[in-house]
Amino acid sequence: MTTPTTLNPAASSVAIVRRPKRLRSLWLLVSLAVLAGLMLASVMIGSREVSWAEIMAALGGSIDGFGPAAVATRIPRTLLAVVAGAALALSGAVMQGVTRNPLADPGILGVNVGASLAVVCGMAYFGLTSASEMIWVAIVGAGATAVFVYTIGSLGRGGSTPLKLALAGAATSAALASFVTAVVLPRNDIAEGVRSWQIGGVGGATLESIRVVAPFLLVGLIVSLLSARSLNSLALGDDLAAGLGERVAIARAAAAIGAVVLCGAITAVAGPIGFVGLVVPHACRLIVGVDHRWLLPFSAVLGAALLTGADVLGRIVARPSEIDVGIITALIGAPFFIYIVRRRKVREL
Amino acid sequence: MTLERSVADAPLLSTAQVVARGRVRRTARRRWVIAVLAALIVLGYIVSLLVGQTFYSPAEVIGVILGQDVPGASFTVGRLRLPRATLAVLAGLCFGMGGVTFQTMLRNPLASPDIIGISSGASAAAAFAIVTLSISGTAVSVLAIGAGLGVALLIYALSFKSGVLGTRLILIGIGIAAMLDSLTAYVLSRAAMWDLQEATRWLTGNLNGVSWAQTVPVLIALVVLAPVLLGQSRNLSMSQLGDDTASALGVRVERSRLILIIAAVGLIAFATAAAGPIAFVAFLAGPIAARIVGPGVSLLVPAALVGALLVLVGDFLGQFAFGTRMPVGVITGVLGAPYLIYLIIRTNRAGGSL
Repeated sequence: MTTPTTLNPAASSVAIVRRPKRLRSLWLLVSLAVLAGLMLASVMIGSREVSWAEIMAALGGSIDGFGPAAVATRIPRTLLAVVAGAALALSGAVMQGVTRNPLADPGILGVNVGASLAVVCGMAYFGLTSASEMIWVAIVGAGATAVFVYTIGSLGRGGSTPLKLALAGAATSAALASFVTAVVLPRNDIAEGVRSWQIGGVGGATLESIRVVAPFLLVGLIVSLLSARSLNSLALGDDLAAGLGERVAIARAAAAIGAVVLCGAITAVAGPIGFVGLVVPHACRLIVGVDHRWLLPFSAVLGAALLTGADVLGRIVARPSEIDVGIITALIGAPFFIYIVRRRKVREL
Repeated sequence: MTLERSVADAPLLSTAQVVARGRVRRTARRRWVIAVLAALIVLGYIVSLLVGQTFYSPAEVIGVILGQDVPGASFTVGRLRLPRATLAVLAGLCFGMGGVTFQTMLRNPLASPDIIGISSGASAAAAFAIVTLSISGTAVSVLAIGAGLGVALLIYALSFKSGVLGTRLILIGIGIAAMLDSLTAYVLSRAAMWDLQEATRWLTGNLNGVSWAQTVPVLIALVVLAPVLLGQSRNLSMSQLGDDTASALGVRVERSRLILIIAAVGLIAFATAAAGPIAFVAFLAGPIAARIVGPGVSLLVPAALVGALLVLVGDFLGQFAFGTRMPVGVITGVLGAPYLIYLIIRTNRAGGSL
């Protein structure tokens, strides 16, 4: 792999884009190990510590005593954190690829609030209660918002610059949020349900809710991973991608649908969680480079690790109660967002 | 466009005369607009004092204002309606003036304090003070203005990289706002009892149950800070030409920007501490005023008046137009949303300022 790069400038630029395969595999293994460690921590740590024996007992199906019972509630929670983190990070990576915009993220694009509004309207006017119905509604709301924000963000000269996209997203979020309040306020009967959903995070996870959302996530995952190759071509610009034989509009729409399904479905079960989709793909690009075939799976693993870690952290810092993961990710993510903005040249904004 | 028409009307006038006439016409129009807006605010203020669940005659209301003891009206008008309507006007003035300052300074109508995180900072601090520390009164205002200023200076410092640039400042502000909003949500979720009405005050703005204790600090802030902003209005309009041109014209750009930011943040923070971050008022007042007044004149006063009118009308509608009492922030938010989206589309097309 160590080609004499000083002699051949072309080879050196290739080396930057393509990190050595062995190194990338190593990184993937390391992050999988980190994820496994965090999952274990997530099962063990909480307002009550549990021992190995108790975990084993709980896995064996016993819920006698506090320890195994605690484990039994922490397992679905851990699973949801893993799944949600992976889905959000993957969705962010795909959105950044589709829009060729470094600030694209379900939270920034207002997709979370769009899903919220759809779910709240469903609860208030159509009496939706079951998780599977809410997922459909959330996906529709998320998709509509994503398309809307992207469209108004890319009007005018220069297409969707980060500034226009972020402003359109922030403004639309603010507008939709007041609609959410207007819908909920007169309805005391649903206020409690909406509230617990909005700040739910991953704490209220059940195996049932994960089972309901799993098919959607699987579809989103497959669509997103399959679009990796076309995202690579799209990164070269629409004209060049078309020249390489890519059907640009179809490829872009397919990838976007994958991303929207992922974040809409997760928002439906875990409430709005921001910034995972923004932070993780950027961190991953530093490690594995810009090839989407590596970037996407790697983002999923690292996203899962980040959200699981955030959940554990939220339980440690606020003992004996806990801080919702959405708040932890916002506290981690916002400084990172600022870092990205500061690093870029003015013209690119 | 105006210029072309007047040239066609009077081809014999020199350019200087045409410009001078244009200026006279624009100033006259601005005066008219200010007069009409002020009259509307007075009208709205009177109506919201007289009309409610019970109607009181003007004589009774005047009696209450003069300090007489009128059975029934003394409580309803004196304790409930009078502080509420007064705060609506004052908060609207603060939001309108603070908002248009930011929009003009950053040359982007979308860069209003409620989008770039300043209202979020004040609101998070006020919610924290009231819900978690259970303090009230002036201490809350002090904390809110401290937080608002702190956030503004933080955004300013973070976007400083060989000079502050509008775009970077806006983006960083959006990031900070997201963080602060999640803090507010956290504080509210910790509250012992989830009182939705109380929570909406810190999420969207609400005037329910305000008293004189909350109104007076806003009045003081307005009296102190509004003249500062008005004194800077010349520098403010110069800064619309861009930093380089403005400094060539003799504006000390960074210094004047700092004064403008502190004064505008002060107004926003005091109003937020009393009424919450009333959605979109700071955002909408400037562009609406710009539409009514036309180009080339200072927007500070018209925008403040538009803001006051928005809050007054929004609060009145929220109280009586629907079955449930809606907080004013929800009304302004829902009514403002379509205009906001129209504005985004127009700004992105034209890439222009107000």
